[in-house]
Amino acid sequence: MPVIAVKDLSKVFGKNIKQSLKLLDEGKKKDEILKETGDTVGVNRASFEVEAGEIFVIMGLSGSGKSTLIRLINRLIEPTEGSVTIDGENLATMNKDDLRRVRREKLSMVFQKFGLFPFRTILENAEYGLEVQGMPKQEREEKAKKALDLVGLGNYVNQYPEQLSGGMQQRVGLARALANDPEVLLMDEAFSALDPLIRKDMQDELLELQQSMQKTIIFITHDLDEALRIGDRIALMKDGSIVQIGTPEEILVNPANDYVERFVEDVDRSKVLTAENIMKRPETINIEKHGPRVALERMAEEGISSIYVTDSKRNLKGYVTADDASAARKKEIRDLKEILKTNVPTVERDKPMQEIFELIYDSPVPIPVVDNGKLVGIIIRGSVLAALAGESEVLNNV
Amino acid sequence: MFDFIPQIPLADWVDAATNFITSTFSFVFNPIRNQFGDFMSWTASQLSAIPPFVIVILVAVCAFFITGKRIGLAAFSVVGLILIDNQGLWDQLMSTFTLVIIASLLSIIIGVPVGILMSKSKTAEAIILPILDFMQTMPAFVYLIPAVAFFSIGMVPGVFASLIFATPPTVRFTNLGIRQVSTELVEAAEAFGSTGSQRLFKVELPMAKKTIMAGINQTVMLSLSMVVIASMIGAPGLGRPVLSALQRAQAGPGFVAGLSIVILAIIMDRFTQNIYKK
Repeated sequence: MPVIAVKDLSKVFGKNIKQSLKLLDEGKKKDEILKETGDTVGVNRASFEVEAGEIFVIMGLSGSGKSTLIRLINRLIEPTEGSVTIDGENLATMNKDDLRRVRREKLSMVFQKFGLFPFRTILENAEYGLEVQGMPKQEREEKAKKALDLVGLGNYVNQYPEQLSGGMQQRVGLARALANDPEVLLMDEAFSALDPLIRKDMQDELLELQQSMQKTIIFITHDLDEALRIGDRIALMKDGSIVQIGTPEEILVNPANDYVERFVEDVDRSKVLTAENIMKRPETINIEKHGPRVALERMAEEGISSIYVTDSKRNLKGYVTADDASAARKKEIRDLKEILKTNVPTVERDKPMQEIFELIYDSPVPIPVVDNGKLVGIIIRGSVLAALAGESEVLNNV
Repeated sequence: MFDFIPQIPLADWVDAATNFITSTFSFVFNPIRNQFGDFMSWTASQLSAIPPFVIVILVAVCAFFITGKRIGLAAFSVVGLILIDNQGLWDQLMSTFTLVIIASLLSIIIGVPVGILMSKSKTAEAIILPILDFMQTMPAFVYLIPAVAFFSIGMVPGVFASLIFATPPTVRFTNLGIRQVSTELVEAAEAFGSTGSQRLFKVELPMAKKTIMAGINQTVMLSLSMVVIASMIGAPGLGRPVLSALQRAQAGPGFVAGLSIVILAIIMDRFTQNIYKK
C-alpha cells in the first residue's frame, strides 16, 4: 500500500478558477488557458503514488510546477482540486487542526535555501519541529542531538547557521526534518544551492542515510543527473503536468515523448560539459603553514607526484613536485617558496571541455580550476576521457 | 468658482464632535487626566529627587556597556548632562525625560500590536495606512486643541498629542519587519506545524526585531520633538524655556534650552540604536 497517494491534484492561480478548471478538463494547455481566462495553471491534474521507503524524484525545468506541486502536498499552497492521501487521510480537505497534526507527525520539509532560523543555534533549529509540538526541553534536545549526530554535526550544536558552510547548513535542515521522525520527507531542490562537489557528497550521504532510515522521500530537482543518481522512480514535469513516471532506466531507454527525449538525449558531451563538471577535489598544502616535508608526506599519502599550493584563503600560488620537495628536504630548505613552480595554466569553472583537451595533454600536472583566483578543483586526464566516454559517474552535474 | 456648492460646515461638525466626545466621555477622560497626571508628576518629582550625580554616573555606566565598552557615548553623556545641570535646567530635563519615556512606551504598547495586525491582514493594512498618513501629516499643533478639550492642560494632553504624532513609525516598521520575513522561513514555520502564534513569536517577531527597533527609535525621537509643542499646552519640561525665550525674543536662553534638548536627543537616540544593533 502506498504511503502517500496524490490524485488529480491541480492548482490554478487567478480569478476565473471555475472556468479554468473546466478548460483543464477539456484538455486545454497551460498557455491556452492563460490566454482565455488570464489564470496561471501551476499544477495540472497530477497523480502518483509513493511507496514506503521509496525516493520519488519530481523533475522539471523552472516554471514546470514542481515547486508548486511539493507545496500542494503539505498544503503550504491550497490545492484547487484533487486529493493528497496519507495513511487514509485526505490532506487537501482536512481542517486546520488536523493539518497541523499531520505536518507535525508525518511530513517534514527540507528547503532549497535551507530555511534555517538565523537567530537560533544549530540545536535550537533542529529542535524546532519538536518544540512547536510542546515536547519537554530535555526530551527534544536529546532527539535533536541524535538527528544532528546522524548528519555528522554533533559537535556544532552551539554554533549559529551563518557560522557554517552551505553544505553544513543543509545538513542542519535535514536534521531538523528528521528530528520528529516523519513518515514522509519532502525535499525541495534541497541540494541545488550547493557547490557541485558538495552536492555530490550530499547525494551520497542521503543515499547512505536512506539505507538505514528507509523514509519515504519526495525529492524535487531540476538536475537530471541528480534525479538519476538518487531516484528510485522519477516523474518528469512540464507546464504543470506530469509527462512521464518511471525508473531512471525506463526514462532513459523509453522516453515517453519528445520533451523527455530531448531532456535525456546524448548530446555531444564535450560541448556541453565544462571544467566544473569534471573537476575533482584537489589535494593542497598551505604555503603559510607547510614546508617541503608536509608536501612530501601528503603526496606519498595520496599517491601523487605533485601537489598544489594555496594560501590560507585558497588562492592558488603554484605547485611543487615530489622530486623538488625531496631534494629540498635533503638540503634542509624549510620554505616552500624556493621550490614553488608558478607557471601553471589555469581554467575557469565554465571553460568548455573541448578547450581543455590541448591544455591537459601539454601539462605535466593536473589542470587547476579557479574561481576568482581561488582553487576550486583539479582536472586529471582520466576524468576527461571518462566523461567523453559517457561515464556519468565522473560528472559532478550536468 | 464652484459657488453653486454651499460651504460645507466641516469646522462646525468637528467642533460638535469634539464637544460631544468631551462631554460624553468625560467619565473616561477625567480619571485619566487626574490619575495619570498625578502618576506622571510623581514620576518626574521622584526622578528630580535623585541627586544629579547619581543619574549621570548611571547613564555613563549604561552607555559604556551598551556601546560595547567604548568610551565615546559615556563621555558625551557625562559632559552633556553636567552642562544641563550647570545651566539650571535639571528639573526640566527630568520632566521632559518622563514625558518622552511614557509617551514612547504607550506608543510601543499600542503600535506593535497594531503593526502585527496590519501585517496579518490586507484589509487592516488598507484601512490603517491612510490613518497613519493622516496622523503624520496633520500639523501637530492641530492635535493640541482636542487634547486640551479632553484632558485640560499639563502633561497628559502632551502625552496624548505625542502619541498621535509618534506612534506611526512603530506601526509601520512592525508591519514592514514582519512582511519582510523571507517566505522560506515562514514556510518552514508552517511546514513544521506551527500555530499562528508560534509562527509569530518564534519566527516572525525575532526576525523582525531589528526593523521594529528602528521604528521604536524613530518613535522616541518624534515624541522628543513634541516636547516644545506640548509646552504650549502647559506640559512642563525643556520646551517651556524654549517657548518663553521665543515669546520674549531672547536668543541666549532659547539656545541653551534648545541645546539641552539636542543633548537629550543624542543620548536617547544612541541608546535605542545600540539596543537594536545588538
